[in-house]
Amino acid sequence: MLAGIGVDNIADLFDEIPSNLRAEGLDAIGPALSEAEIARLMQTRARADGEPLCFIGAGAYDHYVPAAVWDIATRGEFYSAYTPYQAEASQGTLQVIYEFQTMLTSLTGLDVANASLYDGATAFAEACLMAVRANRNNKSRRILVPRAMSPVYRSVARAILAGQKIELVELPLQDGCSDSAALGAVADTEFAAVAIQNPSFLGTLEQVDVLTDWAHAQGALVIGVANPMALALLKPPGQWGADGADIACGEGQPLGIPLSSGGPYYGYMVCRQAIVRQMPGRIVGRTVDLEGNPGFTLTLQAREQHIRRSRATSNICTNQGLVATASTIYMSLMGAAGLRRVASDCNANTRALVDALCALPGISRAFPAPFFHEAVLQLDRPAAGVLAALSAQGILGGYDLAADYPELGNAILVCATETKSAADIVSYATAAAGIFGVAA
Amino acid sequence: MKEPIIFEYDSVGRQGFTPEAAGETDIPAEWLRTDVPLMPKTSELEVVRHFTRLSQQNFSIDTQFYPLGSCTMKYNPRVCNRLAMLPQFLSRHPLGDVAHGQGFLQTMFELQEMLQIVTGMQAVSLTPMAGAQGEFAGVAMIRAYHDARGDHGRTQIIVPDAAHGTNPATATMCGCDVVEIPTARNGDIDLERLRAVVGPQTAGIMLTNPSTLGVFERQIGEIAGIVHAAGGLLYYDGANLNAILGKTMPGLMGFDVVHMNLHKTFSTPHGGGGPGSGAVGVNERLKPFLPVPFVVKEGDRYAWAAEDECPQTIGRLSAFMGNAGVLLRAYVYMRMLGAKGMVRVADFAVLNANYLMARLRDAGFDLAYPERRASHEFIISLKQIERETGVNAMDFAKALLDYGFHAPTTYFPLLVPECLLIEPTETESRHALDGFVAAMTAIRDMAYADADQVKQAPLTMTVRRLDDVRAAKQPDLVWRSGNLA
Repeated sequence: MLAGIGVDNIADLFDEIPSNLRAEGLDAIGPALSEAEIARLMQTRARADGEPLCFIGAGAYDHYVPAAVWDIATRGEFYSAYTPYQAEASQGTLQVIYEFQTMLTSLTGLDVANASLYDGATAFAEACLMAVRANRNNKSRRILVPRAMSPVYRSVARAILAGQKIELVELPLQDGCSDSAALGAVADTEFAAVAIQNPSFLGTLEQVDVLTDWAHAQGALVIGVANPMALALLKPPGQWGADGADIACGEGQPLGIPLSSGGPYYGYMVCRQAIVRQMPGRIVGRTVDLEGNPGFTLTLQAREQHIRRSRATSNICTNQGLVATASTIYMSLMGAAGLRRVASDCNANTRALVDALCALPGISRAFPAPFFHEAVLQLDRPAAGVLAALSAQGILGGYDLAADYPELGNAILVCATETKSAADIVSYATAAAGIFGVAA
Repeated sequence: MKEPIIFEYDSVGRQGFTPEAAGETDIPAEWLRTDVPLMPKTSELEVVRHFTRLSQQNFSIDTQFYPLGSCTMKYNPRVCNRLAMLPQFLSRHPLGDVAHGQGFLQTMFELQEMLQIVTGMQAVSLTPMAGAQGEFAGVAMIRAYHDARGDHGRTQIIVPDAAHGTNPATATMCGCDVVEIPTARNGDIDLERLRAVVGPQTAGIMLTNPSTLGVFERQIGEIAGIVHAAGGLLYYDGANLNAILGKTMPGLMGFDVVHMNLHKTFSTPHGGGGPGSGAVGVNERLKPFLPVPFVVKEGDRYAWAAEDECPQTIGRLSAFMGNAGVLLRAYVYMRMLGAKGMVRVADFAVLNANYLMARLRDAGFDLAYPERRASHEFIISLKQIERETGVNAMDFAKALLDYGFHAPTTYFPLLVPECLLIEPTETESRHALDGFVAAMTAIRDMAYADADQVKQAPLTMTVRRLDDVRAAKQPDLVWRSGNLA
């Protein structure tokens, strides 16, 4: 090969790198491990981390994932393919995305979905940018965002929107929900969009119809943020209020994606047909080939960075395709009835957990609003100590709200998905009883 | 045979998986949906068969040579996937007590350290979820740096005309203006134009080196001097890091911030479009602005550093800590290569590219930069063939599919007419490269003998060439019973 190139050794191939910039290898990386050695190392670390019994939700949910989902998703033909630029050689990936788009539009009650964004938080940030571009009623660069919305979604949106001087205005919290009485105070402010998360970060169900209609009356678009698993049961964003949300987005993880320390997940985004040209990310369309047979291709690409460069709707290129593929397989296996069953089980299990824990002195519900599969519990002592004591017994007892919602006092957010058995809930209650000093 | 859309399966009442019933909901009716969302009604076997058949309609690294320039389609070792999917890693909640995550956090900490070594930078954050988000992090840090110094007028980002589209799109997302500078005929940047555009308005420059033209930017030392002297910073787009592993480093070249595409250089899968991972590395001056969280070591314990520890951070870019599962795969890959293996990656990637370039040149194809060494990729221009036969780069791309090769990147970079950007990667054999040359030669011969036949390609895929205009003008983006009947 070297002779074909016309050099004596491989080092000659690097002769355009100026000598003063040459690195002296990478010795600090250390020696190579064999496959058996790295397997042993990783297994040791994984075992040390263990598998505690998890009652945390807070944006990532422990659902059962049928074996077929990732067995199929990690087939080499899905796993090791690139973005489907050569459509004729990528019909598999393209058709999966088309089916994915169909499932997401149906679940959310809106018209058009994209092929995925990075995660729920960035999908929300992109939805804010999209709303500012798409709103024809005003030129506002403000978004009204409930305090009941995920604190980390708000934080990520602030980081991503900062450069474009888009401001998030907070809608206050009242009894765990957005305070619709506070809308009057901002009625004179123009908003590009009003965001509504349902269920809220605190698990509660928002007055989605009231908020949606108020926003539209103000000339704002509505961004509906929703856990897609909840949408198997709950009224979808496309049906909120008189006209429905304009954009829906959220975290796709509950649909077949393991917790895996926070990623890879995927963000979904769906919108009304009229504003599809402001949507970020890839979109697949069905068309015909030159013999008139149906086939799939990436479409509406004039929105994207590789065509539009500095005037693109977003800089996103790589998305979360494989994860969206797994999610499509998951939804296909579950069907509407299976998803509804899981969602109902989550609701029932969290009720059972809340009832068991609130039977203990020192634990009570923070507010009475109905919830989907998460609830805030008020404790009579600092949450951190309670959660640490539970953790020492192999139970992740919930998410400590102290940093994000100091006004709630000693409060934790708990979640019991369909993966938790009655015995698991008893284990938690028994451990909590011990910590709170009572016999279970 | 054409695989039906999954909603077209006639399986009324079937369900692929039946969860246990724990109880019913007590949510009041006003919140409940009254319609049933459209979802497949298919048995588990039908689901498995449907998606397996769809997978077989894809080209992939596991099945074909995939020389897609700038995308680094190297083999993805299966062990990386196996170990990232150990049950304890999959079930770990991102907000779980770090006492139950020391193994995971140690792995992330060591990955941060290895990526620092590879890039010659002083600190790394793993949170960006793809290259474009790494770019966002980088430009946002550059802006934060200038703002922290009270230097608010620096709003321009300089980008070469050959840059990936994500570079200018990122600059816009960060609220910057884009200033494009041209490439000289030899593939290096036009230094005079660079000198002319830098000034007190310059926030920084975004560069890929080796560039998207497949050549090493030899003047990088001068470029760094010019931009730094003007008060700007240098951003390294790590798309082409594979070519220089252990040979040089962004830190040595004078870059202040770098992103790495772990799904390119460190062999995590592309998954039909993602997930990627765009970890960022910075030097001392940008360290305070790193996106959070990242892992720190306190004694013999590992912990997250977040806003409290990093008050000047640009903030969070993902709900949790980025694409953790992708990071685990990259870690396994790097540990299995070790120091020597990683340098051999660059050796063989560059050897394969230069060999393939020489073979194509000898076969009569026009190189875009015949006087230059290839880095890990190179460009040929089919302009003359197009002029003489009407067969263009897109026709070559489609015809290659019939030979069992994925096409190289076409029509990028935009400044080389009728171009193919070809990146063989280090994991291909000489046999595969020779086969590619034979296919290219055969297609060219056919172009001169019967151009129309090449324009008919592909003939062996599940579809013929697709009508992209119709796709955009009559968007059919969602299946409905009966559409496209």
